[in-house]
Amino acid sequence: MNICVAGAGTIGSLLAAHLGRVTDVSVLVRRADHARALNSDGLRVSGRADFTARVTAATDPADLPSPELVIIACKGSDLEAVADRLRGEFDGATVMTIQNGLGAEEIVAARGDWPLLSSVTFMSGTRHDDAHVEYILDTATWIGPYRGTTPADARAVADLVVTSGLKAEAFDDLRPAQWSKLIFNATVNGVAALTGLAHDYRFAEDPLGPLVHALVDEGKAAAAAAGVELWEDPWEMNLLATQRGFRHSPSMLEDVRAKRETEVELINGSLVREAQRLGVDVPLQRTVYALVRGKEASYT
Amino acid sequence: MRVCIVGCGAVGSLFAANLARLDDVEVWAYDASREHVDAINEQGLRLSGAGEVVGRLRATTDAAELPPCDYGIVATKAMHTDAAIGATAHAFADGYVATVQNGLGNEETLAQHVERVIRGTTFPAGKILEPGHVQWDVKGDTTLGPYDDRTPLEVVETLADACTRGGMPTHAVADARGPQWRKVIFNASTNPIGALTGLTHGRVCERPDLRALVSGLVDEGKAVAAAQGITLDADPEELIDHAAQKHIAYDHKASMLQDVEARRQTEIDYLNGGIVRFGREHGVPTPLNQAIWALVKGVEQSWQQ
Repeated sequence: MNICVAGAGTIGSLLAAHLGRVTDVSVLVRRADHARALNSDGLRVSGRADFTARVTAATDPADLPSPELVIIACKGSDLEAVADRLRGEFDGATVMTIQNGLGAEEIVAARGDWPLLSSVTFMSGTRHDDAHVEYILDTATWIGPYRGTTPADARAVADLVVTSGLKAEAFDDLRPAQWSKLIFNATVNGVAALTGLAHDYRFAEDPLGPLVHALVDEGKAAAAAAGVELWEDPWEMNLLATQRGFRHSPSMLEDVRAKRETEVELINGSLVREAQRLGVDVPLQRTVYALVRGKEASYT
Repeated sequence: MRVCIVGCGAVGSLFAANLARLDDVEVWAYDASREHVDAINEQGLRLSGAGEVVGRLRATTDAAELPPCDYGIVATKAMHTDAAIGATAHAFADGYVATVQNGLGNEETLAQHVERVIRGTTFPAGKILEPGHVQWDVKGDTTLGPYDDRTPLEVVETLADACTRGGMPTHAVADARGPQWRKVIFNASTNPIGALTGLTHGRVCERPDLRALVSGLVDEGKAVAAAQGITLDADPEELIDHAAQKHIAYDHKASMLQDVEARRQTEIDYLNGGIVRFGREHGVPTPLNQAIWALVKGVEQSWQQ
């Protein structure tokens, strides 16, 4: 099986390297020096695993072997640009999105008639350089059908990901899991980005705990209005994550520290817009959304 | 008349130096900064900017040196009120103590240490340039009023008259809560938004989503004021839009943003925290002020991680 990973940030690098141990993997990147580094050095993983995988990398989809599966692993803020480059390419391949938030599938669906899988991931790492990623949190990736795919297709990809050494689980309907993660991310990433706090016990105690709880409650009200029965309670996810003793810096916090554009539109923006469409008032989520956007505006 | 300024930072220095110009007022200043106190005693307290003043006064870091005073004017940051009045209360055993501090709850703290308290709110602003020298940025009015019936209005009028003669226009009113709450609501609805985003006042106001958040905070503050029977002397919204103009305070970085950039403890407990506290006492929900309070507390916590 030939797999193309489009976008080699932290998540893309972790997937490409692991899958590269069990099947042929190509990587689509934006920069020529990034492609050169991967082609000459391979892709090194440290942390929870320690190996270097051989991958084929290019900046142009036409230079890559024709894949059966494409995993678009770029950040949500780059998704439109990456999806634009795939337009007209990789005919017959199944395409899987893995971005945070809601709406990634629609963005890709509008640019081609590939069969689509949806996924969300909880794993995390740190990208040290173009050809070296550290695997930190070995939490799962959840995969489900979206358009023109079946639960069996999702299971096949999940099995392959598991074989490669990562954790994955297939769902017949991903929306309950996706909404759980959306509410969790909108709340935890937003609060972390605004306060500068890594995700730790303070998100469950005074003075921030009650705010985190209230933000989660607003998200749950929106999910209920959407007819989604959540896979996991995002407040319980918050408690569990803060109890494991590891102080994770959410990507949105990393982004504002580096004064980079964040994923606030795909995460908080999509939650607020979806709630509005459903007629659910989410004043606190709206507050976090407006404040993070304001913080982005302050870079310039 | 003998007046002691308790906390001789920027705002305290404006009162101290201006009052010291009057022949009938003896001014003392109590401050924690040894350098500032020494400079004041050696060269006088100098203001420049909106007014050029050199005031001659006695400054000390040792509260035991203070003689009995007719009036105190407390101008510390709100989180230092308790320590400052605790140290100096003996000087006001027969006097009256006014607060010109930001936020809510200062009068209550003063009343735990001294008998007679004067509520106050002030708009002039400045910053310390160097020890003994303060930049006077903004002129503005001060309003004073009795905290309770242990302070007669005439006593407040005497202090207001001295401040006005010294160059700090001051009104004495029977109920100073209106101007105080207008300023608190203004500060609580704008300062933390600047502090959390890094944006100046003008840039906060030109973003529709943030301007709507500011109005949401103002509305909660107004509801808490109304529940206590307080009539605001003006609409904080007008002050907010006025300040957002290019030639007024568009580029102003809120003091709380300056605090956050310097990693100094903010006055959030006395602004949004105060609105939440008074709201709870009067059964008025304040979810947005509570959220903003928690976020800024989180920012303060992040400096310890």
